[in-house]
Amino acid sequence: MTGRTKTVGQVIAVTAVVGLLALLVWKLAFGSGQGAAGSLAKGENPVAPAFTLSRLDAAGGDLTFSSLKGKPVVVNFWASWCIPCKDEAPALQKTYEKYRAQGLVVLGVDAQDFRQDAKRFMKRFGLTYPVVSDGSGSTLGKWGVTGFPETFFVDREGRLVGERIQGGIDTERNRDRYAEGVRLALGSKS
Amino acid sequence: MIRLLAAALAALALAGSAAAGRPVQADLEAEIVCPTCKTTLDQSSSPIAGRMKSYIRERIAAGDTAAEIKAQLVDQFGPAVLAEPPKRGFDLLAWLLPLGALAVGVVVVGALAWTWSRRRVSAAEPDANDLDPDLEQRVDEELARFEA
Repeated sequence: MTGRTKTVGQVIAVTAVVGLLALLVWKLAFGSGQGAAGSLAKGENPVAPAFTLSRLDAAGGDLTFSSLKGKPVVVNFWASWCIPCKDEAPALQKTYEKYRAQGLVVLGVDAQDFRQDAKRFMKRFGLTYPVVSDGSGSTLGKWGVTGFPETFFVDREGRLVGERIQGGIDTERNRDRYAEGVRLALGSKS
Repeated sequence: MIRLLAAALAALALAGSAAAGRPVQADLEAEIVCPTCKTTLDQSSSPIAGRMKSYIRERIAAGDTAAEIKAQLVDQFGPAVLAEPPKRGFDLLAWLLPLGALAVGVVVVGALAWTWSRRRVSAAEPDANDLDPDLEQRVDEELARFEA
């Protein structure tokens, strides 16, 4: 092997190693995988990640999240096979009925689920708020969802407020945090 | 009698072809990924994996082919539900890139082996022009004596 070939080989090898190290550093610095929930946990109020998904409710068609700007939104990630999702469904419906007149939207995101199962679930629990289908779970990473159910609160500016609720909203642990999230989304002063 | 035999053979052939084309539950469970746990269905006991297994069972009973069942699951859960990427479009790269990398590796190793073997041969065979001056003089003298 000539000296020139050897030098070229060394340059390629060093470049590859430096490239891999740069990727590792980038992943550690920016790719925490916690999505918007990670920023929220740090005390920030990130803009709610955008999406367009097909609706499962009677309205049909697609729903683009940005179309809800100007309205407070309770975003609930769920699946029909999730037991705590069944427990909290009546409480979410109650929230929708109670605050609908104030402009609040409860938005269900049914993820990693069969659409027909989700529709049966909605019928069983009498859900009338909008529900979209995210079978592939494409929104989960951006929002930082780690399990079902999880609930987020979005204010009229389209920013996340309050705390992310992991687990059912209608539990002793989460009831107050849920009420506070709804209050912050509505923009009411305590 | 011949007619009866022919009918029996035809029935056997039809049954055989139907059995050959019918999807096998275990095969599909090994080819479909659970969306929550990212392992194949046969390795998972998560609630959604259980539901997907029962869906596959229902569709097999309904007479769907393996390709149809996979297409339905892709429609519900996206292409990541397939354990093996499809051999078309952008996903074809997942099949071609490793083969390409293997081919490049073979070429590189071959080229290196060829270069090294050539270097070793040239090192083992000293150049005839590089004779020791004393030896060269002796050879010349011997040749002159021989020719005389």
